[in-house]
Amino acid sequence: MNAIPVTDTRLAKVAARDVNVYYGQKHALKHVDLDIRANDVTALIGPSGCGKSTFLRCINRMNDLIENAQVTGSLTLDGDNIYDKAIDVVQLRARIGMVFQKPNPFPKSIYDNIAYGPRIHGMARDQTELDEIVMNSLEKAGLLGEVKDRLEESGTGLSGGQQQRLCIARAIAVAPEVILMDEPCSALDPIATAKVEELIDELRENFTIVIVTHSMQQAARVSQRTAFFHLGELVEVGDTEQIFTNPQHPLTQGYITGRFG
Amino acid sequence: MENAAAAVDRTKAVATRLKKRYASERRFKALGLGAIVLALGFLGILLVTILSNGMTAFVQTNIRLDITFDAETLGVDPAKPSADSLASANYGGIIKNALAKAFPDVSGGQRRQLTKLVSTGADLPLRDMLMANPGLLGTTASVWVVAGADVDMAMKGHVSRVPGAEGNRLTDAQLGWLEELEKRGDVSKKFNTALFTTGDSREPEQAGLWGAVVGSFFSLSITLLVCFPLGVATAVYLEEFAPKNKWTDLIEVNINNLAAVPSVVFGLLGLAIFLNFFGMPRSAPLVGGLVLALISLPTIIIAGRAAMKAVPPSIREAALGLGASKLQMVTDHVLPLSMPGILTGTILGMAHALGETAPLLMIGMVAFIVDIPASPLDPSAVLPVQVYLWADSPERAFVERTSAAIMVLLFFLAMMNLAAILLRKKFERRW
Repeated sequence: MNAIPVTDTRLAKVAARDVNVYYGQKHALKHVDLDIRANDVTALIGPSGCGKSTFLRCINRMNDLIENAQVTGSLTLDGDNIYDKAIDVVQLRARIGMVFQKPNPFPKSIYDNIAYGPRIHGMARDQTELDEIVMNSLEKAGLLGEVKDRLEESGTGLSGGQQQRLCIARAIAVAPEVILMDEPCSALDPIATAKVEELIDELRENFTIVIVTHSMQQAARVSQRTAFFHLGELVEVGDTEQIFTNPQHPLTQGYITGRFG
Repeated sequence: MENAAAAVDRTKAVATRLKKRYASERRFKALGLGAIVLALGFLGILLVTILSNGMTAFVQTNIRLDITFDAETLGVDPAKPSADSLASANYGGIIKNALAKAFPDVSGGQRRQLTKLVSTGADLPLRDMLMANPGLLGTTASVWVVAGADVDMAMKGHVSRVPGAEGNRLTDAQLGWLEELEKRGDVSKKFNTALFTTGDSREPEQAGLWGAVVGSFFSLSITLLVCFPLGVATAVYLEEFAPKNKWTDLIEVNINNLAAVPSVVFGLLGLAIFLNFFGMPRSAPLVGGLVLALISLPTIIIAGRAAMKAVPPSIREAALGLGASKLQMVTDHVLPLSMPGILTGTILGMAHALGETAPLLMIGMVAFIVDIPASPLDPSAVLPVQVYLWADSPERAFVERTSAAIMVLLFFLAMMNLAAILLRKKFERRW
């Protein structure tokens, strides 16, 4: 599984220092320090309501959309502060793509679904370039073989697993550096899940991936690093193998052995 | 044993209760069905009344006369008839002559009564005829001319033809001539083109809806131009951009309340602001359209917001997650997906505006206007006000025309609703 050896000398792609999130009075995320390494798959695990999705949404500032959500502390992407006033959130989200829990293709053609991102960012100078981006993205998402004859059909007509891979293709079409995945397989059947997991492993070569998951098996299968959250706090983070075989914290141990959660 | 007995008791109790539950469900269903049947019954009565009253207005009694385009009577120079002289010629005179020829034994005193068989507006088609073809001058042609309203009513059986009967405004002599004409086959009911081509008139047989239709069209065009962009922009801002605080809450409550304000109040507002303050023309579709826009604006805003709310949040997240700006999210995804709902709301708002009467009375659109409006600045009537005006007219012939006008109004309303349904069907999307 660990094709790329994990070494501590690599720079953190995304670094969180003392990140706190408040929803009104509720302190949803408490003093989180976490480094996410480039070209790793980092899994965020923990029981429901532990703040793992909240943390994920801090990274591409999707929390900005929630009324009365407040983020403090520092989050950096390659050393640039994500919450800096000078950072354009639109540019930021082009660098940090996102795949959601429920597949959410636009009710447009498969082609337009993928071409939308490159179009709004002006990434293609002409139709040929755009075609190339679309084909490449579909290829990378392992969907090209299945849909190349029906690019003009609606993206919503695909099966659930295909829709989710379409969403992944849509995310990578913008050529982000980091891809955030919020429980990408929770709405999929086991076969579709296996395909998406395979895809995640392949994408690791070119992208840094952060994945929130409820399934510990999935975390064990796809990730190199795992972070365990509990009640808004980051309890433990480490190499996946170490977290699952030799957890340091009793809470982590309790969770991965299924005593709670 | 005791346990078993208790169990049997309980089963019995459950069975009784179950019976009661089913009975109450049946009662409820019967009540609902009854309500629907009652409502449909009333609707049926309404439609049948309007149809039976109004159908006859779509035909009009005509009388055939042998008209001689006699240059002397017309007062036209037969050698060189100019357009001006043809336009102002005495066409009433040749109709009078034709009637006198049809009934040669009618003496001078009764001539006036004889002339009244024919509509006072019957001369206009003759003028058009002669002006289109001046070669007719000096020839005789058999022409169907429009009969007077009293003759029309008698022919349609709306008033009794027994001399002196209630509502009968024809004299004995006129009734006799009418019978004679019928015997000769010179009386016939033809399609009432005047109803769809002319403006209002004091004479029922010349009164038409076209002026009101054009007025309604101008008014609704203004309404649409004003309230569609304004309503959609408001809905977009409130739904997608506005911060959620007590000010926006207040605005929302007020918009919802505006939808329930009696329309006559909007009429007074229009009178005070558009007419008195801005000095816009009275009775004009421009002002009517603006007032109607005020009335339909809340409807469109509410429908627009509901349609935008129905767009799944996941679509918004998908767009934003790709780095779309908020405006791009709205224009590329939210608006196209909510457009069917917005359009449906708009059309229903327009249909509501088409049927509004009270606010238009306030801004003077209740005036008697004969001319077809050429622009939204000309004084004009609208369809519902025309219905109101005709319903208020004492002549018997206006009763059927009122119903006919209602039918035309209902036809337009049905068409607009049909358009709304078709739009919704066409753009319906699944996700």
